[in-house]
Amino acid sequence: MTELSLRLAVSLAQIVAVMGIVMLTVMILTLAERKVLGWMQDRMGPMEVGPYGILQPIADGLKLFFKEDIVPAGANKAMFTLAPILAMVPAMIGFAVIPFGPNVTVNIFGITIKPFVISDINIGVLYILAFASIGAYGIILGGWSSNSKYSLLGGLRSAAQVISYELNVGLAIVGVLLLSGSLSLVTITQAQAGGFWHWFIWGARPDGFFPIHTQIFAFVVFVISAVAETNRVPFDLPEAESELVAGFFTEYSGMRFAFFFIAEYANMVLVSCVAASLFLGGWNAPYPGTILGYAGLEQLAWVENVAWFTLKVYMFLFLFFWLRATLPRLRYDQLMRFGWKVMLPIALANIVVTAITAYFFPR
Amino acid sequence: MEQIFFFYFAFVIAATSVLVIAMRNPVYSALALLIMFFHVAGLYVTLHAEFLAAVQIIVYAGAILVLYLFVVMLLNLKQDDRYHRQWPMAAGVGMMLFVEAIILTGMKGWTAPLVPTGSETTVEEAGNTEVIGDVLYSTYLFPFEVASLILLVAMIGAIILAKKDLLEVHSNG
Repeated sequence: MTELSLRLAVSLAQIVAVMGIVMLTVMILTLAERKVLGWMQDRMGPMEVGPYGILQPIADGLKLFFKEDIVPAGANKAMFTLAPILAMVPAMIGFAVIPFGPNVTVNIFGITIKPFVISDINIGVLYILAFASIGAYGIILGGWSSNSKYSLLGGLRSAAQVISYELNVGLAIVGVLLLSGSLSLVTITQAQAGGFWHWFIWGARPDGFFPIHTQIFAFVVFVISAVAETNRVPFDLPEAESELVAGFFTEYSGMRFAFFFIAEYANMVLVSCVAASLFLGGWNAPYPGTILGYAGLEQLAWVENVAWFTLKVYMFLFLFFWLRATLPRLRYDQLMRFGWKVMLPIALANIVVTAITAYFFPR
Repeated sequence: MEQIFFFYFAFVIAATSVLVIAMRNPVYSALALLIMFFHVAGLYVTLHAEFLAAVQIIVYAGAILVLYLFVVMLLNLKQDDRYHRQWPMAAGVGMMLFVEAIILTGMKGWTAPLVPTGSETTVEEAGNTEVIGDVLYSTYLFPFEVASLILLVAMIGAIILAKKDLLEVHSNG
């Protein structure tokens, strides 16, 4: 029984650590987005709170925390309360299967734990897809329960958008699954070890350099669809401020609003982690092995691996900001046409081509 | 332990299924259905069918139910009680199912019990995604292809329904 409680304590500690890191990343992102946008538009960004405005997220958090909680007249109170929770939980729960670092085991108090892999289930990718699709309920219900036209329109747009682009995300992943032969993110990352030419975006076989299994098209489809699924610019039609005020969360204020906000940013972090693990080799460095490993510090190699994973994730997050500063919003029919008539055929063709090459040139 | 989980899942599935048809507000019905889908997925997990559990959530909760909710909101059916006047039909179907259940329970001793072809350990070793793929493309290849044909027919039907206006305009002009 003590072993069981010890395992429980270790798991809880891991969950708390990951939650803490995700929330910290979200805080950093809120500031980083405003700073990056500012620099791209030749402004300074927030400068008032703390040196160079680095305490701005704390000020924002305090403001949201002390704001009045308003429930509009005629709103469905129960659903209005439930919606932010339904948006936030799926965004957080997906991190359970992300491998943040190498799949090493550590012995503590006589039990074996994997510090960087909370849970290595054999359906890891499907688990993330499943909970990502549940996130749409928060947005739809938030829009419906507010009893406001703008909110309802935002919620309906979001429902159509999430369903359309979720399909493309799922199909873009299939090529990687065909090559790695597994749904576990740990196994998929391990299959990409040994240099950047083995990453699935390049797709060389384990014994060569030639990019015969390249997943670059799937990667592009995945990244674009992921931007659409997280409702970010240029696909932010559910919250298009010039036509729908703020879309599905028009009527929300205070902490309920903060929940939607955190959910959006946590989703950005989650899809960045998934993209890094599936296409860019996850924790693997772009060269074989690790420098610390060659230097004889094998037990510290995890530092390098985690650093590479973090770098890749932040690269994607920067891409989100970059897109926001660069591209104008799509019109709704353009969004739908792009999803169904451009992205979907590319993803399907990629599956066919990958299946054929994987059959004739097995890894 | 497994028994406790089974009874929890079974109870919630039964209770939320009743709520789906008992609720007056169609949005609440859809949410009760969502909770039911999750507990069915939980039941699959206790049976070591993780793949089915994930697919259950992706397909039913993530896609089909969102579309239901979409339609319900667009039509804005608020507390419509037209659909609560179907009890004679429901009683007939329920009666048939009840009699069937009694007959099946009574016949339990007479027929040979079903023998599962693969054991749980073989599935665990190969990973249940691979096992499902193997079975689907060998033993159940014909039903699988029939199912895809039905889906194709449904797809063509939907396209024809959507393009009906265009065809009529074309023939008139």
